[in-house]
Amino acid sequence: MPELSYREAVRDALSRAMRKDEDVFIMGEDIAEMGGSMGVTQGMLAEFGPQRVRNTPISEMALAGAAIGAAVQGMRPVAEIMYEDFLTLATEQIVNQAAKHRYMSGGQVTVPVTFRTQGGSGWSPGAQHAQQLEAWFVHIPGLKVVFPSTPTDVRGLLWSSIYDDNPVVFFEHRTLYGIKEEVPEELEPIPLGKARVHREGDDVTVIATGRLVHEALAAATDAENDGVSVEVVDPRTLQPLDEEALIASVKKTNRCVVAHEAVTRMGFGAEVAAIVQHGAFDWLDAPIERVGAKFTPLPFAPVMEEWCVPHAKDVLEAINKTLARNT
Amino acid sequence: MAKVEQKGALSTEELRDFLREMLLIRRFEEKVEERFRAGELPGFLHVAIGQEAVAVGVCRALEDGDVIASTHRAHGHTLAKGTMPNELMAELYGKLEGCSHGYGGSMHLYDVERGNMGANAVVGGGLPQITGMALAFQLRGEPRVAVAFFGDGATNIGTFHEALNLAQLWKVPAVFVLEDNKWAESTPESQHSPIRDLSKRAEAFGMTAIKVDGQDVEEVYKAAKKALDHARSGKGPVFLHAGTYRLVGHYIGDPQVYRSKEEQQDVRQHHDPLTFLRQKLEITDEEFEEMDADVQEVVDASVEFAKNGTDPRPEDALKNVYA
Repeated sequence: MPELSYREAVRDALSRAMRKDEDVFIMGEDIAEMGGSMGVTQGMLAEFGPQRVRNTPISEMALAGAAIGAAVQGMRPVAEIMYEDFLTLATEQIVNQAAKHRYMSGGQVTVPVTFRTQGGSGWSPGAQHAQQLEAWFVHIPGLKVVFPSTPTDVRGLLWSSIYDDNPVVFFEHRTLYGIKEEVPEELEPIPLGKARVHREGDDVTVIATGRLVHEALAAATDAENDGVSVEVVDPRTLQPLDEEALIASVKKTNRCVVAHEAVTRMGFGAEVAAIVQHGAFDWLDAPIERVGAKFTPLPFAPVMEEWCVPHAKDVLEAINKTLARNT
Repeated sequence: MAKVEQKGALSTEELRDFLREMLLIRRFEEKVEERFRAGELPGFLHVAIGQEAVAVGVCRALEDGDVIASTHRAHGHTLAKGTMPNELMAELYGKLEGCSHGYGGSMHLYDVERGNMGANAVVGGGLPQITGMALAFQLRGEPRVAVAFFGDGATNIGTFHEALNLAQLWKVPAVFVLEDNKWAESTPESQHSPIRDLSKRAEAFGMTAIKVDGQDVEEVYKAAKKALDHARSGKGPVFLHAGTYRLVGHYIGDPQVYRSKEEQQDVRQHHDPLTFLRQKLEITDEEFEEMDADVQEVVDASVEFAKNGTDPRPEDALKNVYA
């Protein structure tokens, strides 16, 4: 089995789809010669040429809108928004247009477009290059939202996103691009809306996304040393959400921690906590704990940045809080 | 500035047909206004009374397979692109038989089968998508053109500049039709643009611009043909600047406190495209009345059709969110 990094896995999914299908093409800022600001599309210009690997001006509204327009006419474009923060510029097109064309037309229009973007703390880029904005898009009916955390998942989910007939906002986490994993020779599509249990456990469920999946796994290892068995579940797709899998896990463990890098307040974890308390109310032995960033823009100084966002120790602390309750 | 050549003149018969179409749009919108004031129509309604020649001139110049994106002032474009008055009226009444099946309303009129890819209630919202639709045609080598309608107010929004820049950069087969009625809602052009000639904005991107009197349907048709030929032949997009007049307010019920009664009267008397074409064709009162009665019948029938349409069930609201 070949070993792929998360970055290479994204590239592999894009390239395989483009080899298979003339309707798939990619567009974005600096994605051609430069291969993207994160190097994801390196080498693709040479294989597919400038018609299908399209460098765009710094025009998020136009590049998002043009991808939507091409999708409406039957193409399957993948638009790269260089940083999640720049999604704010494309949001009118994604939220008012892509998400609503099908609805407003009474089902006449199909919008099979994928918006890839990336973000995350860890490199001290400051307040405008590291936000985690997935919660905004989960709030919009008509959009699907995907946030994979491993090379296998990012490859299989990107494939499914490209071939989904709905607009998909696809979040990648910057600090995960380098992580490597053996993946099957053949790409196995992963259906949207299926959670993944990374690690089974009996005492507490940690529902985590993105970078926090890895932090949760590290916390679970630490907890194991103290005799606590932690189950780690990654929803992978935030909309549609595999509510059944999350509730089933909590019914088994009776305790729940929700963890993401985005600010805790009004974060995706708030919705997950509401769903879990409703679906597993009689099984819960402790209040659901939430782990996320402090309610502040991301600061520049590394000591401040590191302090603001959650790490394995914060997940462990939350696990211990749920266990401290009498059962 | 490319010159509009005096070729491809339309026959009297064709122009009479254009007049009938413009009159249909006029009477349709007057009926919409009447029914809205009677409390029968929900939603926000914007009529394009005075701008019929642009809608008809451009849409009649299109070929099968060409697509349009419209604006919040979309009834005329929609009818001119071939949607049946019955389907349009049913949409305004929120019925399942409507062209958007009751999910869109006046500001979100779609008719994909006939190439209407949607009216847009966000000013400038459709422009980048027209660039993208044209890109799809270019990538597949299809001889089709994507056409965006928008007003002068839209030339100040970011999507306008980004979409035109990208369209010209990639030489996609698109035509950007500026319906320059000199008003952005209640704000006159002098208060929203530092320049008077808005074609310059397109020319700044290196785009071919054609200016036309938007009240003369024959001239609009000829200019649109030229623009479409240019785009279809792979020479890149065209900016079609049609000077026009909104004879009425921004929305139905707009008291127009921002423009004088004299000006309102002046535009109605001197800038009505229907009057202009009627005189040009030397249509007698008798002929006109006959045409008018015929058109009124179609409009009245559309109201009957709409009123007898099917109301969606409330829970139908949950359909069509995802494919």
